[in-house]
Amino acid sequence: MATVLTPRDYKSDVHINWCPGCGDFGIVNAIQMALAELKLPPHRVAVFSGIGCSGKTPHYIHAYGYHTLHGRVLPVATGAKLSNKDLTVLAVGGDGDGYGIGSGYFVNSGRRNVDITYIVFNNSVYGLTKGQGSPTLKKGLRTKSMPEAAIQDGINPLALAVSSGYTFVARGFALDPRGLAGLIAAGVRHRGSSFIDVLQTCPTYNDLYTAEWYNHTQAGGPRLYRLAETGYDGKVKDPADADEVVAKKVQAIAKSYEWGEKIPVGVYYEVDLPTYEDALADRNPRYGQEALVDTDFADRDVDPLLDALR
Amino acid sequence: MGHDDLTWLIGGPQGGGINAAAEGFAKAATRAGYRVIANIEYHSNIMGEHSYYRVRVGQDGRRNVSERVHVLVALDDETLVGERHAAFPGFKGHVQEVVPGGAVVFDGNDDPGEHGDDVLLCPVPYLELLEQALKGSSREGQAARLKVMTNVVAVGASLALMDFDLPRYQDSLRAEFGGRRADLGELNAKAAALGYEYVRERFADGFAFRLPRVAPPKGRAPLFIRGPQAAAIGKLKAGLGFQSYYPISPATDENVYLEAHQRDQGLVVVQTEDEISAINMAVGAAHAGVRSSTSTSGPGLSLMVEGLGFAAMTEAAGPVLVLWSRGGPSTGLPTRQEQADLRFALQPGHGEFPHLLVAPGDVHEIVRDAYEAFNWADRYQMPVLVLVDKALGTTYVTTDDLGLDRLPPIDRGARFHESANGNAKEDYLRYDFSEGNVTPRSVPGQAGGIYWSTTDEHDPRGHITEDAENRIRMQEKRMGKLDLALREIPADRFLTLHGPKNADITIVGWGSTKGPILDALEILAREDKVKANFLQVRIMRPFPADAVAAILRAAKKTVLVECNYTGQLGLLIREQTGIALDQSIVKYDGRPFSEEELLDGLRHVIAEGPGRLMVSHRLG
Ligand code: SF4
Repeated sequence: MATVLTPRDYKSDVHINWCPGCGDFGIVNAIQMALAELKLPPHRVAVFSGIGCSGKTPHYIHAYGYHTLHGRVLPVATGAKLSNKDLTVLAVGGDGDGYGIGSGYFVNSGRRNVDITYIVFNNSVYGLTKGQGSPTLKKGLRTKSMPEAAIQDGINPLALAVSSGYTFVARGFALDPRGLAGLIAAGVRHRGSSFIDVLQTCPTYNDLYTAEWYNHTQAGGPRLYRLAETGYDGKVKDPADADEVVAKKVQAIAKSYEWGEKIPVGVYYEVDLPTYEDALADRNPRYGQEALVDTDFADRDVDPLLDALR
Repeated sequence: MGHDDLTWLIGGPQGGGINAAAEGFAKAATRAGYRVIANIEYHSNIMGEHSYYRVRVGQDGRRNVSERVHVLVALDDETLVGERHAAFPGFKGHVQEVVPGGAVVFDGNDDPGEHGDDVLLCPVPYLELLEQALKGSSREGQAARLKVMTNVVAVGASLALMDFDLPRYQDSLRAEFGGRRADLGELNAKAAALGYEYVRERFADGFAFRLPRVAPPKGRAPLFIRGPQAAAIGKLKAGLGFQSYYPISPATDENVYLEAHQRDQGLVVVQTEDEISAINMAVGAAHAGVRSSTSTSGPGLSLMVEGLGFAAMTEAAGPVLVLWSRGGPSTGLPTRQEQADLRFALQPGHGEFPHLLVAPGDVHEIVRDAYEAFNWADRYQMPVLVLVDKALGTTYVTTDDLGLDRLPPIDRGARFHESANGNAKEDYLRYDFSEGNVTPRSVPGQAGGIYWSTTDEHDPRGHITEDAENRIRMQEKRMGKLDLALREIPADRFLTLHGPKNADITIVGWGSTKGPILDALEILAREDKVKANFLQVRIMRPFPADAVAAILRAAKKTVLVECNYTGQLGLLIREQTGIALDQSIVKYDGRPFSEEELLDGLRHVIAEGPGRLMVSHRLG
């Protein structure tokens, strides 16, 4: 298959049933653009999702697609990736999915550093259940869909990702598919767990974080700016240098609290560390040589196990 | 001449080396040529609570432990007289279980408490003998620190009573301590010898319960094995590639055993953050084409059910879930026996979805069922539960052969093969219902095999639809796989009728009660002249209703035996066949049936007529 791949090659023929104007369209476009840029044959890619509006994403992408359970997308994607290390694995989900019901998996996936890319569609509401506040909605805020203002505070997903151990932590914007595609491609290229929090507009339920809000501050001009354009560098140069690692983490966490008149997008933190798969290959060289799914266990010898029981 | 059926019981504080002491003796007995069954009972605790090991040794190969203790080895006072300070004392010590003519080996400083007249008391100065053993070695004076070695003194002492071949036991001690710790092996051997000599000189003369000398096995020694190892070996033979788990009793033993063999067996074992993660990783691995599995117990299954529905709805080829059932409900009795999860395992989740449920009854059946579960998972594209109750998890048995040579071939089910033209866009239908219930499956990475899957109801391509016609066909496709399995799986895999075809009494049961019931059949025939047989149900879903009904209709009198309160298999049989069993014997004290408890129960219900009987001898 020597043909040039375009974003079109990653489109399925399924009718997209998100609300008109939903920020999710931009994210799907960005994923398709990134896959084309990476020149990945569709059958080498598997996209996993949780439940919610974002959960529909795999259906719209021409690649192996798994629309799993609410909050559980990371364990499912992890099991698949460890079973076939040669696959490109994307996990997608909403902020309720990933930071609420899935928060335990979000944190613990960071500990493992499996080579997958996790994209969160962060719109601060539960869209598919008609607009309740989500774990990123700050205390005291109220969208038009909520009967009362949020009584619980919002979490900071980027800070949580950095402290959980993700080795690539970024934030993108759904209405900037080109910029987001670049982040996704970088996340996929990164060896290890990549996490991209995507600010996503939900015109149906969230009247606070609208396109207008993101694009115009009170002072005028866009609210979002690119970290790279300010000389910010989140990449750890020497992963063995513990001081540098801590300094870069602290820098990223501090940056992640910048929210208001100005909101940074781009790569907050990046470090090259051995992956979970690397550790498995250290234990068992065969794991590094061939995908587990291709390993033939018919020659398995359990006699030593039996002898130990005699 | 010797006594061919001895029960040796060792008790002491948890964490005090009791497992090693008991297993050392039991393994030595196996190597010496005896058949052994050994069961441990312990608290959900790490240090200090009472635990004990019952080891039954003979030539016949009994399938259950007995309450009649011939030699009691007490490592502490509680073993002798029970808990002195309990608010509601129940357990009164093991001395009461010692038969007339039996013996108690205990620390000279302890008070053996009330005992029968005819019990031989053997106080042994454990610590003194240990000090003597260490004398002259590099560890001289360290007896207090090496106090766990008094176990070996005590075991050695008990062997003199039974006339057990001491060097056999010493060999197994040496085998435990290799390499840099070899000197400890020698010191242990010496400590055992001192205990042995002490009792031989003072007490052993004329002791009635001596083991007959038997010829050691020719060639390789038999296996000394319990459920967790059997399950792991069955899975490994099946080609298990991925196991995920969250620590929980009593499933941990299997998981850790597999984890310890990751390198030499080339599988991946992941310890996850909870059971939900464990099941979902295993489902992900199954979709990716690897034989995957997880193991848990009741509380873990409560969390995993969502993942089973997911696997079934998306027709994943697996995973295999081994459910090590323990005492419930809620946290219940974490380390104790119960068969109370059968009905839960029959309907593990919301909605109607297919899965297979098999409940093996001994280590051989565990190997076979854990192995074949993967064939069924692949062939029927559904999760498979293997339900093993805790008694099989902690009961060691002697066996010559696990039947690995007689396992059926590996069957990966219907697979999608890349068409010649490769990557034709979206012509493959992963959930096609036009050609039977099972659709050939592709795995991610395969060209031409791209598919979608969703936990929502879906069309043949795997996209969401709520169309009524599609729903009917999809639900029939999935559920119909159970009928297919019922037709295809050989009849003898579903159930076994043990004993004579025509009998006065038909006992009905499942799981770990198999061995105890088989022993009881023999004893009833021999001592009571009662002709009984035993219907063991093994595959619970799909349920072999016709075969079960035929056997029960022909039965003169039926008695259900289960370790739970409600008689769950009895309820299932009634639901599936309309037949109510005549009588039931249930037990829910957290302990497996002893030989005596089961016989008491059977004799009682046979004599008394219809009814439900709870039995418990309130063992420790
Ligand atoms: S509810 Fe919001 S997030 Fe969901 S599809 Fe509509 S606009 Fe998008």
